[in-house]
Amino acid sequence: MVFFALSILVLASSAFLALASGGLAARARIIGAGGALLGSALGLVSVLKVLFMTGAEAYAGWPAFSVPLGRLALSIDPLAAFFLLPVYLLTAFAAVYGAEYLGAGGGRRTGAAWCCFNLLTASMALVFASANAVLFMLAWEAMAVSSFLLVVYDHHKEQVRRAARIYLVAGGAGALALLLLFSLLGASSGTLDFAAFARPEGGAAAAAFLAALLGFGLKAGVVPLHVWLPEAHPAAPSHVSAVMSGVMIKTGVYGLVRTLGWLAPWDGWWGPALLLAGLASGLVGVIFALAQHDLKRLLAYSSVENIGIILMGLGLGVTASASGSTAVAGLCFGGALLHALNHSLFKGLLFMGAGAVMHATGTGELEALGGLAKRMPRASLYFLAGAAAISGLPPFNGFISEFLIFLGSFGALRGPEAPALWSVAVLLALAAIGGLAGACFARAYGSVFLGEPRSSRCHSAHDCGAPMLAGLALPAAACLFIGLFPSAAAGPAAAAVSSAFGAEPGAAFLSAAELPLAYVSAGALALVLLLALAAALRVFLLRGKVPAAGPTWDCGYAAPTARMQYGASSFAQPLTDFFRPLLRTAGRHAPPDGYFPRGSEFHTEAGAVFYNNFYAPAALMLRRAAYRFSWLQHGRLQFYILYIIGALLALLLWKL
Amino acid sequence: METLETATRFAAALLLAPLLPGIVNRVKALFAGRKGRPTLQLYYDLAKLARKVPVYSRTTTWVFKAGPAAGLAAAVCALGVLPFGGRPGPLAFEGDFLFIIGLLAFSRFMTVLAALDTGSAFEGMGASREAQFAVFSEPAFFLSLAALSRVTGEFSLAGMFLSLTPDSWRAAAPVLALVTAALFIVMLAENCRVPADDPDTHLELTMIHEVMALDHGGPELAYILYGASLKLWLFAALIAAAVLPRHSGSWLYDGAFFLAAMGGIAAAVGIAESAMARLRMLKVPYMLMGGLIFAALALLFQTGR
Amino acid sequence: MNTFAELTIVLIILLNMAMSVSGSLASCIRLAAAQGVAAGLLPLMAAGGAHGRAVAFAAFIIALKGLVFPWLMLRARELTGARKEIDPLIGYPASITLCLAAFAASAWLGSRLPLPQSGVAYIIPASLATIFTGFLLITTRVKAITQVVGYLVVENGVYIFGLALFVEQPLMVELAILLDVFVAVFVMGIAIFHISREFDHIDTDALSQLSDWRRGEEG
Repeated sequence: MVFFALSILVLASSAFLALASGGLAARARIIGAGGALLGSALGLVSVLKVLFMTGAEAYAGWPAFSVPLGRLALSIDPLAAFFLLPVYLLTAFAAVYGAEYLGAGGGRRTGAAWCCFNLLTASMALVFASANAVLFMLAWEAMAVSSFLLVVYDHHKEQVRRAARIYLVAGGAGALALLLLFSLLGASSGTLDFAAFARPEGGAAAAAFLAALLGFGLKAGVVPLHVWLPEAHPAAPSHVSAVMSGVMIKTGVYGLVRTLGWLAPWDGWWGPALLLAGLASGLVGVIFALAQHDLKRLLAYSSVENIGIILMGLGLGVTASASGSTAVAGLCFGGALLHALNHSLFKGLLFMGAGAVMHATGTGELEALGGLAKRMPRASLYFLAGAAAISGLPPFNGFISEFLIFLGSFGALRGPEAPALWSVAVLLALAAIGGLAGACFARAYGSVFLGEPRSSRCHSAHDCGAPMLAGLALPAAACLFIGLFPSAAAGPAAAAVSSAFGAEPGAAFLSAAELPLAYVSAGALALVLLLALAAALRVFLLRGKVPAAGPTWDCGYAAPTARMQYGASSFAQPLTDFFRPLLRTAGRHAPPDGYFPRGSEFHTEAGAVFYNNFYAPAALMLRRAAYRFSWLQHGRLQFYILYIIGALLALLLWKL
Repeated sequence: METLETATRFAAALLLAPLLPGIVNRVKALFAGRKGRPTLQLYYDLAKLARKVPVYSRTTTWVFKAGPAAGLAAAVCALGVLPFGGRPGPLAFEGDFLFIIGLLAFSRFMTVLAALDTGSAFEGMGASREAQFAVFSEPAFFLSLAALSRVTGEFSLAGMFLSLTPDSWRAAAPVLALVTAALFIVMLAENCRVPADDPDTHLELTMIHEVMALDHGGPELAYILYGASLKLWLFAALIAAAVLPRHSGSWLYDGAFFLAAMGGIAAAVGIAESAMARLRMLKVPYMLMGGLIFAALALLFQTGR
Repeated sequence: MNTFAELTIVLIILLNMAMSVSGSLASCIRLAAAQGVAAGLLPLMAAGGAHGRAVAFAAFIIALKGLVFPWLMLRARELTGARKEIDPLIGYPASITLCLAAFAASAWLGSRLPLPQSGVAYIIPASLATIFTGFLLITTRVKAITQVVGYLVVENGVYIFGLALFVEQPLMVELAILLDVFVAVFVMGIAIFHISREFDHIDTDALSQLSDWRRGEEG
């Protein structure tokens, strides 16, 4: 706990020092990145201590800082530690990466950006470590504000300001729902300390669950509450997008897990509700990701998909444990939590890879890129690792967590009827998501890194410098490590499951997953060995021969150009056509005409279906309703003060 | 002794796999009244390709060369999990079929990337179609294995197929019939056979799998061809084990019976290819959805029993 | 042998799926007829023994559903000249997804209904799913004949449902319904014939022009 407190201290103080460094961007960079690194290192020590040595650690808090209904208490149990692990890891990677990415040219803004970045890390750490609702909400809002400031980093762009506005509204709405959740829990247990929270009676429990689903679901980006996510995440600088998409949305998952812990025993419909929310998020997320033309937007939609996978695991686990199959529940919970960790690693890697691409070419437009694997060999290698991991392919970590959830749902299939039917839905959705995610990331990697450059921007691209490459290489190595030695991650995940849902599912998870994971590990190693053998055999077969080089054989066509390649739109077209009713793809289409066609045009865009069809009309209605109260607004200070006094008096009278 | 037997079975699968396309072609030639290629043609082709010097496009990178190697490595690794003649593979464990599906997805991913690496419009087209069909065939494959797992109450391929007996067909005939149909459809689509794809087509615009290998030559093409035959072996073995669940004590008898069943399935593929025309490209997803529905029905049916 | 009965059930469900994606009117009629035959065979397999009355009853049903109805409808199709493909109001993927979802929902519903256990697995869900599919055909297809096919499919479903409840004696219930449907098919056939003579087409969508309220007039 000392190390944790120190890490918060270092992060906060370096944040203000970076801000105070004024226009000296170089100094701000050293202070900001150095502080983030040191803070993460200190925090990692405390996290690893909890996960591997001591178990839960708590700090009762200073009595002087007590608040009504509780104390400002901190506690790091294995669940919190399991979520803190990616916070510190990814912050460290992103700090190294950001030191080069933000550059030294930003002037005053660089210092502000580093300040917000370190504050964001500190507030996220506090969200996971706080053991009191008041402290939790304070940290939660600090996290929202600091990330909002990072989203508006490029505030001269209209699109960024719009994204930030939507983000702010979403954050506020989520916090309101959380206030409702904590007042319900606090009313039933008489305190706001997490440790003393008890399940409210009757309908209040269901209301609390719904409030948690709304508040935490907004932060996690669950469909249909996800509309802010694909706007806000791409708008921030890439290393911040990595942290936001990799770690910050996991605060929503963490909150849901905690709430489930407080509200046990669960009502029968909660599991299916979580599961259906996950199902919708997973499918909608990946289908929209497939239709995007911008690399960072694609990655943001894929975050929605991965949150969906996590929620499906949680929901099936809740359903299974309601019917008494502890082993299945353990596997699902463990898989879901492990997927949260894995997603942090590969999504961070992919966002930073996208940043490297934009750094080198100035654009993230898939149709304008291509051929970067030749020009940025190392960044492209790391991006490939991330793409394979997020598609759930062995020998990377994405496969491991999806494997565990699959194993859980196969286990549920053997059990009683109700969870078995739900597990069929999960199986179907996960399998479809797997296929779609593979297509989506093959498309993304193929159109960015492979083939010939589609525009002149790519010609001068080159690999980024050592800090950015290190920021990519480290998470890639972590992805491969967990993929090859999953048992190393299973232990902490089991501890987290135990501290969230009780010792039984945790132990069941460990015993059910141990043997299969050992075999998967052997299989993954065998795959790597076989790959090496195949490569060696090829070298042996080609010994002493010199392969010829020529143009791509385009079925006899002698003068292919880069624009004739299959682009990102054409690659996805069969699938986007299939899902057109959902995507509402709009576009212009002017085909070539006549014997000597002049020009032709083709442009498609997947609409923001949920925003346009639901939120925009709802906001309009709200504005119309609010307009009726405009007579209250006079723009005079006196009247407002009068309102305040009136409200205070009314409250006083009501309480008398 | 046990290790030796396992190794023998693994080696037999690796050696005999290229025979299956040969049998398919013999059956097709028989139906068409042609003399046809020799049954061992693929072996000759592989030997020839291994000695050839490839030509690489100047557009390509290492991904282009890694694709075939990844496909082959994944197929060999999957074969290690696969039961042979009722005996578990060397890498059989609870949930091993999930690993096989992961390996197949890995090989597909790398093949698609290798095709995109050439920058050719035709190869991009094939890659796009391959990715699209996978979205339908993968859930169908999953659900049919899930139905099998529910019928037998086992989590590993070897366990499932060992506990299947002729009696299971008597008890759960509808489910097993649906599963077999679904697996057969998935096999046809995944191995690019008629009616999903025509391995002998000469028009690049209609190719799926062949067009992705247009630029590959020499050892890489040999890897691709051999990997494809291993994949066909894998699916045929799954269907053989589901359709003909017969176990005696002697592994010689079981092995011979299994090989005969494999030959029979290759012949069935040949007959299907001779009797059927290829579907229109737009209709292939519907065929795969048909497979998906067979599997989903099997699972629902089994869940309610 | 219950196995054969179960295989027949599977066949009936698959025929539902096939009808929901079939593109041509004739094949849709034939599929419905095949489903009627399968449903007619069902009591012979489920009841175990094929005693005289059951066989006669089954033969009657099969003749009616497998021969008379399809013949009537194919004739109506000839007379009205509705040879074109049936235009569905929703796409085929959506149709089949709805059909599958209907089956899953019926599986759940079937497990919740307080009905006597029948020896044949999934007979209740299959019957409910058949009824759903019939309604799907009625509501999402434009041509009037397809709607008649839909009624037939609904009737098949009701028949199977009756079988599940009274495996031995579905006679009275069934005969009554059958008569209704027979009359309905007859009336529809005549109606279609007259409509088409009057208006040169049998799109029910176009018939909505006859109503007082017209699209686009309410401002």
